[in-house]
Amino acid sequence: MALFNKILIANRGEIACRVIKTARRLGIRTVAVYSDADANARHVAMADEACRIGEAEVTKSYLLADRILEAAKRTGAEAIHPGYGFLSENAHFADAIDAAGLTFIGPTADSIRKMGLKDAAKAIMEKAGVPVVPGYHGDAQDLAHLTAEAGRIGFPVLIKAVAGGGGKGMRRVDKEADFAKALEGAKREAKNAFGDDRVLIEKYLVKPRHIEVQVFGDTRGNAVHLFERDCSVQRRHQKVIEEAPAPDMPAEMRRAMGEAAVAAAKAIDYRGAGTIEFIADVSEGLRPDRFYFMEMNTRLQVEHPVTEMITGQDLVEWQIRVAAGERLPLLQDDLAIDGHAVEVRLYAENPARMFLPATGQLKVLRFPAEGEGLRVDTGVRQGDSVTPFYDPMIAKVITHGRDRGEALRKMAGTLADTRVIGMTTNVFFLRHVVTHPAFAGGDLDTGFIDRFKADLVPPTPAVADRQLALATLHVLASRFAARRAAHGGDPFSPWDDVSGWRINDDGHEVLKLKSGAGEAAVTVHYRRGGTIVLDLPGGSATASGHIDTGGDLVATLDGDRMRATVLREGNVLTLVSDGGEWKLELVDPMEVDLADEAMGGAIVAPLPGKIIKVMTEKGAKVARGAPLMILEAMKMEHTISAPLAGTVAEVYFGEGDQVQEGAVLLSVE
Amino acid sequence: MPMLKSEINTRSDAFKANAEHWRTEVGRLRDAVAAVKQGGGERARARHLERGKMLPRERVRALTDPGSPFLELSQLAAHGQYDGEVPAAGVITGIGRVSGRECVIVCNDATVKGGTYYRETVKKHLRAQEIALENNLPCVYLVDSGGANLPQWPDVFPDRDHFGRIFYNQANMSAAGIPQVAVVMGSCTAGGAYVPAMSDDAVIVRQQGTIFLGGPPLVKAATGEVVTAEELGGADVHSRTSGVTDHYALNDGHALAIARNIVANMNRVKPQTVDVRAPVAPAYDPEELYGVLPRDVRTPYDVREVIARMVDGSEFDEFKKLYGQTLVCGFAHIHGYPVGIVANNGILFSESSMKGAHFIELCSQRHIPLLFLQNISGFMVGRKYEAGGIAKDGAKLVMAVATTRVPKFTMVIGGSYGAGNYGMCGRAYSPRFMWMWPSARLALMGSDQAAGVLATVTRANHERAGREWSAEDEAAFRQPIIDQFEAQSDPYFATSRIWDDGIVDPVDARMTMGLAISAALNRPVEDTRFGVFRM
Repeated sequence: MALFNKILIANRGEIACRVIKTARRLGIRTVAVYSDADANARHVAMADEACRIGEAEVTKSYLLADRILEAAKRTGAEAIHPGYGFLSENAHFADAIDAAGLTFIGPTADSIRKMGLKDAAKAIMEKAGVPVVPGYHGDAQDLAHLTAEAGRIGFPVLIKAVAGGGGKGMRRVDKEADFAKALEGAKREAKNAFGDDRVLIEKYLVKPRHIEVQVFGDTRGNAVHLFERDCSVQRRHQKVIEEAPAPDMPAEMRRAMGEAAVAAAKAIDYRGAGTIEFIADVSEGLRPDRFYFMEMNTRLQVEHPVTEMITGQDLVEWQIRVAAGERLPLLQDDLAIDGHAVEVRLYAENPARMFLPATGQLKVLRFPAEGEGLRVDTGVRQGDSVTPFYDPMIAKVITHGRDRGEALRKMAGTLADTRVIGMTTNVFFLRHVVTHPAFAGGDLDTGFIDRFKADLVPPTPAVADRQLALATLHVLASRFAARRAAHGGDPFSPWDDVSGWRINDDGHEVLKLKSGAGEAAVTVHYRRGGTIVLDLPGGSATASGHIDTGGDLVATLDGDRMRATVLREGNVLTLVSDGGEWKLELVDPMEVDLADEAMGGAIVAPLPGKIIKVMTEKGAKVARGAPLMILEAMKMEHTISAPLAGTVAEVYFGEGDQVQEGAVLLSVE
Repeated sequence: MPMLKSEINTRSDAFKANAEHWRTEVGRLRDAVAAVKQGGGERARARHLERGKMLPRERVRALTDPGSPFLELSQLAAHGQYDGEVPAAGVITGIGRVSGRECVIVCNDATVKGGTYYRETVKKHLRAQEIALENNLPCVYLVDSGGANLPQWPDVFPDRDHFGRIFYNQANMSAAGIPQVAVVMGSCTAGGAYVPAMSDDAVIVRQQGTIFLGGPPLVKAATGEVVTAEELGGADVHSRTSGVTDHYALNDGHALAIARNIVANMNRVKPQTVDVRAPVAPAYDPEELYGVLPRDVRTPYDVREVIARMVDGSEFDEFKKLYGQTLVCGFAHIHGYPVGIVANNGILFSESSMKGAHFIELCSQRHIPLLFLQNISGFMVGRKYEAGGIAKDGAKLVMAVATTRVPKFTMVIGGSYGAGNYGMCGRAYSPRFMWMWPSARLALMGSDQAAGVLATVTRANHERAGREWSAEDEAAFRQPIIDQFEAQSDPYFATSRIWDDGIVDPVDARMTMGLAISAALNRPVEDTRFGVFRM
């Protein structure tokens, strides 16, 4: 069966780019869609064609199914890939595509609907024999019955309001003796909050791990799983690091989970890529009888690359083939795990401030070269912006190694060499996570980040000699790099030299660098032969530095070589090195606030006229630009305003006085 | 191009002894320069800083492009005079890069006697202006001076090349299209008021710069009017009322930033008049010059050893190598610039003089700058040579040196005596720049010769009078003459009197030359018209 000739990608960012890549490899033409904010985005540049679908806000562009469908028809696309998020799990969209005679690269609308309702999905899975979190969802609400049910489930349990949300009417109960009192409180709270005191009881998982299984089905009744992913490290209930396979996963449990996942997929005749999310209770380690179905995601997951890395498969290719009616490329027995893969999500966000999303321009964006077990999926380029309109993810960085240790080492190294300047990101945070001993030891659960927050988000150290030296060397090295290539007819002029040459003497200069409230002076001594000695607050160091072809500063301090990325904007330097970012400002002794130019001088009448109003008096404090007098001249009113903030020292004229041009009207100090 | 092959053994005892000697001498030079850079001493500097002013050398640093070289002139002017109280003659002069353009900078040092002008101050200032004029370089004056030093007036005021010449030069350079920029950062009193007034652009620092023909004391004496300096000639008066200054600066840094903008907007393009190539370091380390130069100026050595350590790639295309061998002539490059080198390798004979004249003609025809490496005790004397016409052959060389229009540069690397000084482009022959090495000796003649000549004359007088003149008497007669000539032929004696543009460490000579040639090329190389060569 023939694959499609052209597909439309109803998405943006890295996933759109990633789909385009596979499509191109398969010889399929691609159509991108874009909002006004994305007119110059990477996915638009990569696609063969692109259609504008609306304004920046997602509700006016990427969520407009009609416009996207219209674009597909207009461009002759035969199928639509939804990516993840946006319309990827929207049954109406899938229906509309079908109705239009095009193909939705994803599951049937029916599957989406069934799995979209969490409770109904659980019921279906329970019926299919897939384990769900033990609990009681019945109508009987008397104390005796509920106590018995709690005992059956086993403590600790969680009492939740049926109508609940936001933690209201929720109680954790660790032993039977506490149950009655907790139930009473939960019911009272539920009644007050929701007007409904019915509760349900669920097993409380003391140490939960988020483990999910990738499944795939085709239209010919085949379904396979592509092993599990561990996504336990989360912040704000969102995944930030994913890996495959799950650390320390016993073969027996993997088999049990895989079988359960395939059973789940088969239960709804699932087509295409899906993910069965389980929660595992690891309070007693990973055990085949301690995992429970949570929900099913009927789309390609953000973290699918780790599965691709360990299976050697291209899941987007699988999606396209299955959507085109082909059989699954591989069946279960053909699939095996090769090594270990880790993915981190590089976000524009501030880990020190509750992971608050950040926006800004990616003034520097550099990753180590892909290959050798490194993959970077990104939808942005250096110079692009992270806007408030969309998800602030900058890139996914994926490493693959023969074992988990190798994958983590590669990740730590990759993150150390990743450079993002222009906004706060979680790059240092991610590096702290992957190098954390507890993480390396596989001691994972969804509470990991909260537990180790102090280690993972250390306070930024103050600017020290090393940062001052690197900033100074960058200033000097960029002078060298900026030497005039040609100066009139004097292209190799020794006057272009920037090593502070002095006759019969070693040159020197003092650079002042401000960081926050502090200011430090660095004296640069230029020694004969090109050596530089820096006098830093903590002592002297022999130094050298140059900007390499990649734009990084390569510096040597007392014989130790190091690298730093420095972005210089005017006199502000953003320095990234040693796993930290610092901002320093080079003090320019020649910079003055020109608004102060009139300072010290009296305010004079610009032309002869009559003072018709005086709005100030001697001793009055005035803001810069405040009106002080009105002078009527040439039938026009001229406002005399304060040239600077200060105190009125003297007022020389009053209302009604005639003044000559140049007369001193008043003075401000 | 052929590369010079050094014959010197850098491991020999002689080499090591020379090196140690000249390293010590260069250490002395650097110490003297470092001392001069402290200006008028700790107290004066502290007082200067208290007033919110930048120290003069910091002003120069801020005016010039970040990290750029500064080719300072006459660093040791007035050295050893006035009891050492006028270091650098109280003024810093030199060539610096300002907004990408080579400019002559004249910066008063108010920490030295209030920046007042002594004989050497005037001479140094005028010399800097002369360099600006000859090389077509804009001038930036950083003014902070009380004007002429009153007790010194006969040495600074009345003559042609005294104080008034500064403004004459400003006027004529302005007329020649060489921009004149003044930054008033302190006093500009009396005649000094004309520095900003005669400039094309003038900047003044508020509550710091003052300009007036007569200061408050003179005003009070003359008219009884009591007025403060600021009221009389401060920045507000001159920027708002009198129009004497064009730019009002809030402080030194601001003033220098304005000056940089002024230079940036001059719309001057450096002409391209020579064939420049990419520079290459010498194949032999210039540091070896210390070992090459003999300790005694009378010890002969091959000047090619010096050339090999100064020119690009040690490449030297020698002219007439086998003829007139006491003068080495040839083509080379320094920092990528073509130069014709004329260097002494012994006494000047007729052949070497004619060879030199021929070579200068070549360079003039081809617009190649000339570098003279002086180590000359003079022209050959004696009956045979006079009869052979050494005077007219020497005259050919002097004619060529005097009238060529290519930029000339002189480095006195050894002796510079008598007519040899003339033939090898001494100060009187207007080289664009002239430096002396610590190994230089400059005098009318060597001290032994001088003592010998005077002793011979005296002995003849004694004998004519029939008096006895014992060997002891003659020795006693000779010694003070020898002492005087020795002291006066010292390069520090010469440089103190601004007979040169400064003493230079031989290792710095190459960079110095590169900067100087580049600066000189701001004036296009002109065609030469020689005078009559006596044949």
